[in-house]
Amino acid sequence: MSEVRRPSAGTKAVLGFPLAMLGIFFLAPFGIMLATSFYHRIEGGFYEPAFELASWERLLQPVFIERTLFSIGICLLAGAVCIVVAFPFTFFLTRMRRRPHVTLLVLIMSALALSEVIVGFAWSVLLGRAAGISNILVWLGAMDEAAAYQPSFVAVLLGLCYIAFPYCILTLYPQLSRLDPELTEAAQTMGASPWRTFWTVVVPIGRPIIVAGFLLAFVFTLGSYLIPTFLGRPEHWTLSVFISDQATFNANVPFAAAMALFLTGLSLLVVGAVTLVESRTRR
Amino acid sequence: MRPLKCILTTLVVLFIVAPLVVVAVVSINENRYMDFPPQGFSLHWFAELWNDIGWREAIVTSLIVALFSAALAVAIATPMAYVLRAYDVRLAPILYSLGILPFMLPPVISALGALVFWNSLEHSGRIENIIISHAIFFSTLPLITVSLAMETMDRSLPEAAQTLGANPRTTFRTITLPLLVPSMITGYAAAFVLSLNEYIIAFMVSRFSVVTLPIKIVNDLRYGFTPTIAAVAVVFILIATTTFSLFALFGNLLKFLGADPAILERER
Repeated sequence: MSEVRRPSAGTKAVLGFPLAMLGIFFLAPFGIMLATSFYHRIEGGFYEPAFELASWERLLQPVFIERTLFSIGICLLAGAVCIVVAFPFTFFLTRMRRRPHVTLLVLIMSALALSEVIVGFAWSVLLGRAAGISNILVWLGAMDEAAAYQPSFVAVLLGLCYIAFPYCILTLYPQLSRLDPELTEAAQTMGASPWRTFWTVVVPIGRPIIVAGFLLAFVFTLGSYLIPTFLGRPEHWTLSVFISDQATFNANVPFAAAMALFLTGLSLLVVGAVTLVESRTRR
Repeated sequence: MRPLKCILTTLVVLFIVAPLVVVAVVSINENRYMDFPPQGFSLHWFAELWNDIGWREAIVTSLIVALFSAALAVAIATPMAYVLRAYDVRLAPILYSLGILPFMLPPVISALGALVFWNSLEHSGRIENIIISHAIFFSTLPLITVSLAMETMDRSLPEAAQTLGANPRTTFRTITLPLLVPSMITGYAAAFVLSLNEYIIAFMVSRFSVVTLPIKIVNDLRYGFTPTIAAVAVVFILIATTTFSLFALFGNLLKFLGADPAILERER
């Protein structure tokens, strides 16, 4: 590649449009959210300019702390389940012949593009009493009576895994597809079983992307809104649900803004950690 | 290892496909309840999607939002990807991160940000608000596809044009831009499909006055199940699988996903 040119004034102007759009519609709202978080809430859905810490103080209330810990807990668990399944699966996937390889990728991308609305609805049917797994089992004679498996903790966890799993595969895929086949072949020539090769060669090489994929799946599930509301009871609701309910149904926008900024901080910490891990592996 | 590979792959495929198959089965049920095994076969729930004014309006609204927001997303992402990759811009990594960030953060944050933004301008609950919010949120996708195309582009082509006397503007218009078009189309398609499917941003920005398809589904589900919801879910599943199958057939899905070039030469 030839040397990279220095930008002229004209090329800098080209950057103006995207930067203005991001500045006005992405960064400015953060400023407004920050200001709003100090505003005074008026009963009935409005708020007026003021400077009070009431919304931020509510972040220290046991209800909020409990919701935060629950959200972090279930999303970490979902991220862990996803990465444990996605890592070996993606490794096998990258070693398949072209046709099954592409077919599986189309399937995964399609699942990734599906709305949470569709995923939540589909799982609520699958785990429900009317036309789900239990009905199939009754029909086959393996069960006496249909049962509902949602709403429940496990249902929320399955839903979260469903939306994060394709995402996880896509973060692992580029690097696993580049893993030199000679490495695993060398280990096997020297007498290591395929199983042992996987654990002693593939997993250690993949450790940084395992960490990155796990953390990205964690942030991704943290953003889920409909899965916890469709498949869980109120005690299974996560921060995203809490924030949007405060903003829409309870009409407490200042408190929602404080929580959203807290969630931004939490997500930025995790994304920052991912970037750090990835920049180490590039070297 | 081999049996493990087969078992794992089967389980993963079952996990992904099972909920979709169940929804498809429910959608062709003849009466208006969920039955298993399904009673009869009927496609009239699909016809209902177009015959019912509420569903039809939601479909049209969603299509308008997706068409325009994806176009705006490409318009934001393309100049950014081009300048940051073609020139030595100070702060380029930070600017690129800024472009990636909206999509990385939980969508509820962008949703609330847009809500307070439009509230403060007293311009809330309009369709253009959803279009702009979706464009910003999904501009990450064309940013990634166009940046990838810039990185893998053969640099000798624009250089040859310049050697032959074309000025930078002509070079961009006749060489670089045509080479970027496929990546702009993939970025557009990805942003379009995801915008069509997006719920939380549209819901919070719309303030109950604009109804997109996902919002309509959730609203209807509050009053209970109807087979029409299953039918619309099937339509969504078909749109997603068709888009990515076409992508795999005519575009280069593997390259887009960052596969090792060696895989591209693998036997079928």
